[in-house]
Amino acid sequence: MNPTELHERAEQERRRQRNLRLRLFLCYSTPCLSAGADRVKAVLDEEIAACNTDAQIDLEVVETGCMGLCSRGPLLRIVQADGSEKIFENVTPESAPSILDACLSNTEPTKVAQLSPDLAFFTQQTRIALENNGWIDPEKIEHSLARGAYGALAQALHDMTPEEVCNEITRSGLRGRGGGGYPTGVKWELVRKAPGERKFVVANGDEGDPGAYMDRSLMESDPHRVLEGMAIAGYAVGAEQGYIYVRGEYPLVAARLAKAIKAAEKSGLLGSRVLDSGFNFRIDLRVGGGAFVCGEETALMTSIMGRRGQPVPRPPYPAQSGLWGCPTLINNVETFANIAPIVKNGAAWYAGFGTEKSKGTKVFALCGEVVNSGLIEVEMGISLRRIVFDIGGGLPDGGRFKAAQTGGPSGGCIPAEHLDTPVDYESLKDLGSMMGSGGLIVMNETSCMPDVAKFFMEFCMDESCGKCVPCRAGTVEMHRLLTRITDGSAVPEDLQTLEELCRLVQETSLCGLGMTAPNPVLNTLLYFRNEYLAHVDERNCPAGNCTLDRIPLYKLPEHVDRLAILKERS
Amino acid sequence: MSVITLTLNGELVSARTGQSLLEAIRDQGVKLPTLCHLDGLSTRGGCRLCLVEIGGSPRLLPACTTEAVEGMVVVTHNDKINHYRKLILELTFAERNHTCAVCVSNEHCELQALAAELGMDHVRYDYLDPDLGMDTSHEKFGVDHNRCILCLRCVRVCDEVEGAHTWDVRGRGILSQVITDLNRPWGESETCTECGKCVEICPTGALFDQGASVGEMKKDARFLRRILDGREKRQWQR
Ligand SMILES: Cc1cc2nc3c(=O)[nH]c(=O)nc-3n(C[C@H](O)[C@H](O)[C@H](O)COP(=O)(O)O)c2cc1C
Ligand code: SF4
Ligand code: SF4
Ligand code: SF4
Ligand code: FES
Ligand code: FES
Repeated sequence: MNPTELHERAEQERRRQRNLRLRLFLCYSTPCLSAGADRVKAVLDEEIAACNTDAQIDLEVVETGCMGLCSRGPLLRIVQADGSEKIFENVTPESAPSILDACLSNTEPTKVAQLSPDLAFFTQQTRIALENNGWIDPEKIEHSLARGAYGALAQALHDMTPEEVCNEITRSGLRGRGGGGYPTGVKWELVRKAPGERKFVVANGDEGDPGAYMDRSLMESDPHRVLEGMAIAGYAVGAEQGYIYVRGEYPLVAARLAKAIKAAEKSGLLGSRVLDSGFNFRIDLRVGGGAFVCGEETALMTSIMGRRGQPVPRPPYPAQSGLWGCPTLINNVETFANIAPIVKNGAAWYAGFGTEKSKGTKVFALCGEVVNSGLIEVEMGISLRRIVFDIGGGLPDGGRFKAAQTGGPSGGCIPAEHLDTPVDYESLKDLGSMMGSGGLIVMNETSCMPDVAKFFMEFCMDESCGKCVPCRAGTVEMHRLLTRITDGSAVPEDLQTLEELCRLVQETSLCGLGMTAPNPVLNTLLYFRNEYLAHVDERNCPAGNCTLDRIPLYKLPEHVDRLAILKERS
Repeated sequence: MSVITLTLNGELVSARTGQSLLEAIRDQGVKLPTLCHLDGLSTRGGCRLCLVEIGGSPRLLPACTTEAVEGMVVVTHNDKINHYRKLILELTFAERNHTCAVCVSNEHCELQALAAELGMDHVRYDYLDPDLGMDTSHEKFGVDHNRCILCLRCVRVCDEVEGAHTWDVRGRGILSQVITDLNRPWGESETCTECGKCVEICPTGALFDQGASVGEMKKDARFLRRILDGREKRQWQR
C-alpha cells in the first residue's frame, strides 16, 4: 500500500460510516466486560436481528475499547447520522432494548441513566493518547485507518529524514511515560547516533504497578496507535526489528496486538518496504511471565532474550548496549502512543499542552475513594484538586480527602495541603512522590498511612528479583518493622532502624525497584509522622484501621533506666 | 594498551583502558570488599559491597561492574560507604542461619572474614531464620542452603568454566534458592561432572565436601585464575 491508497482506504471507510443511520458504540474493554457488556451485546444483536432488514443494514454495533468511566459501565454511546450523541451508563440486558427502540424512533428513552456530555469527567480531559479509545473496534484495522492511523508514519517515511523525526520529538518536549520522565527525543537521538549495524526498538507494556491499567487499556483499545509509534521510532533510530513486551496477565492485549500486527503486515503497513518506502520494520510480540521487575528495562530485555528476568547494572544504558549488545530504544507504550499525533500535528502543537518542563498529557487510572473512577487523560499541570473533585466528582458518602497516592510502589502519598500542586514530573518529585506510570489512588480518613506503606512494601518484597542484597533482604526487614508498627509491637528505636534501612536500600540497590521501594515509607513519614508516632508511642491508630493487639518484645526505657542506675552507683 | 588516569581517594593513579574499576583499584593495593565477584567469572553486581562513590554520579556504583574511564574521581572509603557496607553485611547475616561455631567453614569463610574486617559485630535486624534444607545426596559434595548468600559464583563457574550448567536459581526475592538440574537432588544430577569447582569457589560453608566437620572446609578460590591462565595463556603453574 502506498500513501495514496492508505488515504483512499480511510476515506472509503469514513464514507461507509457516514451512511449509517445509527452507530452504537458499546464499551467492550475488560472493566465493562466484567460488568456485563457481553450480555448487553447479545441482547442488542438479537434485537437488531428481529428488526426489519433495513435497520440491520443501517445499524452497526461497535465493540470499542475503554471509554474511561469504568465505574459506571457498561457504557453505550449512540451516535445518530446527524452526529448527535447520547451516552448511557450501567446498561443492562434489560435496559438495552428500550434504549435501542428509543434511539430508532428518535424519542427519549425513559427509566435509563443517561450521562450528560457536559459531565466534568469528559469536559476536563484532554485526549491525545486516548483519542481513539471508545470510537473504534480495536480488532478492525479499517476503523483505525478511518481515524487516520498510519498517516503519520507515511508522512515520516516520505517527507522527513530520521534526524528530522528525532528533532521533532525533541522539540515537542515529550518525556517518557513509563515513570522516569526521560526526554524521549534525546533518547531517540542517542540510539540514532549510536554506532551499530543492528538496532532494536522495544515497547514496554509490562505495567506491573498495583491498580494501574492505563497501558492495558491503551493497547487493548487502540493497538495500531502503539504499533505506528514503534514504526516511526524504528525509522527514526534506524532499527528494522521491534518487540512489544506485554505482561502475561493481559491475554486480551496479547491477542489484540497479535491480530493488529498481522492486519498491519497484510496491508503493507509493517514488514518489508513499509508503505512503499525502502524502510523495513517487523514487530514481534513477547509475553512476560508475571514478574513486576520485568518492567524494568534491563530485566525486560534480558527476558526478551530468553533468560531469567533480572536487571543488570547500568551503565551501559540500553541506548548503547541493549538487546544482544546492540543499541536499543526502549519506551513505554503510552510514550509511543503520543508519537503519531506529534508527527501529524507538529512539535509546536504538542508543546502547547502542559507546563514548561512537562509537555502534553498524561493518562491516569483514577481509583480509590472517588465517585467517578476510571481512565482519564489530563493536561500536564492540572491540579490534583481538579482531578479528584471535578473529574473524579469528589469522594463518595461525604468522605474527607486525606491523601492521593501516585507512582504506585515507587511513589508516595500527597496530603490535602498539597491538593493545588500542578501534576507534573518535577512538582510530584518535589513532594517526595513521583508521576510513575499513572496510578492515582484517592484515600479518605479511614486509610492508615503506616498500613498503606506496609502494603506497598509487601508488594516490593514479593516482587524483588533477589539479585542484590539490600533489596532482597532489606525489603523483608522493612516489612517486618512496618508490621511491628501496625500491630503494636514496635519500640521507638524501630522507627530509627526503619529510616536508616530505607536510606540504605534506596542508595545501594541495583535497580529501580529497590531504589524506590522505600519511597512510600519515607514519604508517609514526611507528611504523616504523627501517625507513626501514635502507633509506636500511644499504641493508637488514628485512622482506626490497625488492631495493635501485640506488645513489644522488650521495652527499652526500663533497660535504660536500670543501666542509668548502675551507672550512678559506680 | 592505552593508559588512563583516575583520581583514587584523592591521588592520581593510572589504569588500563577497558579495566574494571575494581581491578584498577586493587592494582593500587587498595582493599575493597567483594563477595559475589570472583576473578575469572562474569560480573554480577549483586552483593553491593564494592560500591564506591564516583564524582558526577548521583548514585554509588559497584566497582566490579563499572568500567574505569579516563578522569574518573573515585572514593572507595568514607564514613557513609563504610557504614553502608556494614549494614549490608548485617542484612546478609540476618537473611539465613549463620551459626559459625558449628559451620564447616568456620574460620575459613569469606563472609565471616569480611565481617571481622569491617568490624560488623552485631546485627540490628530480625534474624529471618528460614528453615531451609540441606542436600547431601551427592556422593562427594553437599549443599546447605542455610549458609548460602546467593552470590551465584557456583552457578557461574559451573556454566562459564566447567560448561555443565548444573546449577541455577529457583524462586525470586527472599525465596531465591540455588538448585541443581531443574531442582532435582544433586546426587541424581545428570549434568554434574563432579569437578568440585563450585565447592572450591563457594565463599561460605554452603557448599562442602562430604564428611567435612566443623571448620574443616578450607577452600581456595584462586585456583580458578590458575586454571584460566593455563587455558587462555598456556601458563601452567601451581
Ligand atoms: C521495577 C520497575 C518496574 C518498571 N515497570 C515499568 C512498566 O511496567 N512499564 C514501563 O513502561 N516502564 C516501567 N519501568 C520503567 C522502565 O525501566 C523504563 O524506564 C521505561 O520503560 C522507559 O520508557 P519511557 O522513557 O518511555 O518512560 C519500570 C522500572 C522499574 C525500576
Ligand atoms: S533492586 Fe531488587 S529487583 Fe532490583 S536487582 Fe536488586 S533485588 Fe532485583
Ligand atoms: S558460612 Fe561463614 S558466616 Fe556463615 S556460618 Fe559458616 S562460617 Fe559463619
Ligand atoms: S552455594 Fe555458595 S557459591 Fe553458590 S550461591 Fe550459595 S554461597 Fe554462592
Ligand atoms: S472499560 Fe468501559 S469505560 Fe473503561
Ligand atoms: S563484588 Fe561488586 S557487587 Fe558484589
